[in-house]
Amino acid sequence: MRYIWLIPLLPLFGAAVNGLFGIRSFSRRTAGAFATAMMLGALGLSLVAFWQLLGLPADARAYDANMLEWIPKIPLATHDGIGNFEVTWGFRLDPLSAMMILVVTGIGTLIHIYSTGYMVDEPRGGYVRFFTYLNLFCFFMLMLVLGNNFLVMFVGWEGVGLCSYLLIGYWYEKKSASDAGKKAFITNRVGDWGFILGVFLIYYTFGTLDFRAVQNAAAALPVETAQFGVLSLICLLLFVGATGKSAQIPLYVWLPDAMEGPTPVSALIHAATMVTAGVYMLGRNAVLFQQAPQVMTIVAIVGVLTALMAASIGLVQYDIKRVLAYSTVSQLGYMFTAMGVGAFSAGAFHLMTHAFFKALLFLGSGSVIHAMAGEQDMRRMGALKKHMPVTFVTMLIGTLAIAGIFPLSGFFSKDEILFRAFLANKAVWVIAVITAFMTAFYMFRLVSMTFFGNYRGPAWETGSHGAVATAAAHGVKHPADPQAHGQAHKVDHEVSHGPADADAAHDGHGSGHGPWHGPHESPRAMTFPLQALAVGAVIAGFLGIPTALGGGNAIEHFLEPSFTAQHRAESAINPQSEIHNPQSEEPHASRGVELGLMALSLMVAIGGIAIAYRFYVTHPETSESLAERFAGAHRTLSNKYYVDELYGATVISGTFAAARNLWTVDRTVVDGAVNGAGWLTVISSWFSGLTDKGVVDGLVNLVGWIVQEGSQGFRRLQTGLVQNYAMVMLLGIFAFVTVYLFVR
Amino acid sequence: MITPTHYMLLSAALFIIGVVGVMVRRNIIIIFMSIELILNAVNINLIAYSAQLQNLVGQVFAIFVIAVAAAEAAVGLGIILAFYRNKETVNIDEMNLMKF
Repeated sequence: MRYIWLIPLLPLFGAAVNGLFGIRSFSRRTAGAFATAMMLGALGLSLVAFWQLLGLPADARAYDANMLEWIPKIPLATHDGIGNFEVTWGFRLDPLSAMMILVVTGIGTLIHIYSTGYMVDEPRGGYVRFFTYLNLFCFFMLMLVLGNNFLVMFVGWEGVGLCSYLLIGYWYEKKSASDAGKKAFITNRVGDWGFILGVFLIYYTFGTLDFRAVQNAAAALPVETAQFGVLSLICLLLFVGATGKSAQIPLYVWLPDAMEGPTPVSALIHAATMVTAGVYMLGRNAVLFQQAPQVMTIVAIVGVLTALMAASIGLVQYDIKRVLAYSTVSQLGYMFTAMGVGAFSAGAFHLMTHAFFKALLFLGSGSVIHAMAGEQDMRRMGALKKHMPVTFVTMLIGTLAIAGIFPLSGFFSKDEILFRAFLANKAVWVIAVITAFMTAFYMFRLVSMTFFGNYRGPAWETGSHGAVATAAAHGVKHPADPQAHGQAHKVDHEVSHGPADADAAHDGHGSGHGPWHGPHESPRAMTFPLQALAVGAVIAGFLGIPTALGGGNAIEHFLEPSFTAQHRAESAINPQSEIHNPQSEEPHASRGVELGLMALSLMVAIGGIAIAYRFYVTHPETSESLAERFAGAHRTLSNKYYVDELYGATVISGTFAAARNLWTVDRTVVDGAVNGAGWLTVISSWFSGLTDKGVVDGLVNLVGWIVQEGSQGFRRLQTGLVQNYAMVMLLGIFAFVTVYLFVR
Repeated sequence: MITPTHYMLLSAALFIIGVVGVMVRRNIIIIFMSIELILNAVNINLIAYSAQLQNLVGQVFAIFVIAVAAAEAAVGLGIILAFYRNKETVNIDEMNLMKF
């Protein structure tokens, strides 16, 4: 545990080495292996730290490591006088962060391994750059989850946003990718604005930024049930930050577009880790949120509405990654619902199980895209299960897990959330159940369209040289990008095995796929992470078997100390100490109700699967006729409720208009002032020139003129006649003689 | 008996004649001759006093003046000749080039 500071530093070291030297000189194999080794090291250290943490008694499971002074003591105003603003590079290992580092390093390692196979068609420099970013991301994510104060967390928070931007725009020569990167970054800035304001307010209120100190101080304040006080404001601002990072209403729009990035990135950043940062942050500040029930209600409402909205959009998407993206938004909504109803452990539990099965699904979809030579449109897939059995089986496991089929992991975590929602608020519960139905439906729709039915994709080359088949294989276009049709350039596809890449392969270091030979199973480096994650998706749920099923709900008890303030955890020792569970004051539902709810959610999930199977496998025409019958609704869903258009019409065009107005102000007022000053200078210097000419030159000329005019008389004396001069001389002599003789 | 006064009177007369000649005549040759008169008036004075005072310096000085006068005459006549070739006149009223 003493070495937890190494956990983030190892990926940083990997990113530094790969970034500084690797992009120039490392081979693909070296760079990939090095980055993966760093992640493996971090995973090993995390496992050791976790093991040591488990060895401690339950209420002592916290370890603070203040490594370095970051900001020395600065006097800074708080609401009660001048406080000392002091921040250290401190890490904190407690059950919540231990779980998070295991998720980040574990799934991160698997995705590094997967990427070595998936990205192999990239040019060497880009390949190394990818691993540099990936390692850098893991560093920031680990900083985020390990930081023991808000500022270290903020460093990680911003860093993962940066890496997300870099990785979404990994194919930066493709306009849609760089646009998506910018969209993600700018949308996240809105959230970060809320987060940093929240941090300012926390310092102003409590005089410290340390998590534990803030929690203890907050726990001493009264619960703000009636009024909307400072704690509620802090929580609301933090929640704004969480909506940005975790893609909740109203800031979720960036996540579906973020699918422009490579699929491993979508799996790691936009499904398993970074987007859960908001959930983690809420869990980290659970004590604060428990003091602000009104904000908790907002969190629950926003969460459940996001879950419903995203799930409904996911019903009609055809891009395999977009379905998963909306599914991610929806599942994040679930987690926020859990947080909002006070079930922090359930939310964190779902975070973990979701990380497993969503990473699995994304990697599986990446495998499918890889097999289909960059095709992402599910309408051009089908019947892939016989071509890629490993991907099919693992994705099926992931789908069943996310749909909540007993006894896979999604069942336990989702059911826990549903149960707690049922106890807290029946309306939230109803929406959540509807969402669960939709989840099962759209996930099975994905599987059905991809793996079952008839093959609808392009033909492929079976013989040696079939130019037609190659062209057909290559003419596959991105559904969102009809202009790209026919441009045989690899930026059109996420993964291309077409001629454009064959050129690279001839350079000697490509993998040399050559012409496309039809859908095929992915290489070992890609299937191994799928299998590992599938195992995780199956067994992760057993950590949280609810008591109603005879389990101990181990993870809830493990995580609980992270969600309570210190003195509460201490008071939990005495017998009537259910107080540490905020919901325990409400009437506990009986075991029968809990079991009934489980059966209900299971039935809902099976119902969703059955309908999807009927629509997309046995009776494929049903879905089309339904889409025609409810054309309006279908169009609305296909266009994602026109939210992008709404934002475009309001926020974005408003920003543009404001910018244009500011530009006009710039042009007229600021430039006008500058130009006016210039004009004034010209005018005044013109007058100054006049003065120079008139007064100064005039004086000089006047002197000359006086001398000239005055000399007119004297010049007459100089006649040039020698006799005159002699005359004058003589007269002078006479005068002197006269004076000499008479005046003397 | 010829006293120094007589010499003085002769010298003064010659000097006056020379000065008047310089003042009133227009022909530059005449003016030149008048200047010679002035110089010789001085020479008479010098020699008279040399004899009177029994001092040879006066006579030496007179010879010196004569030598200077000869040189002056040579230069002056050269100038006059050059001027005449340019202006075809020896009238001093025409010689007013050295004014403003």
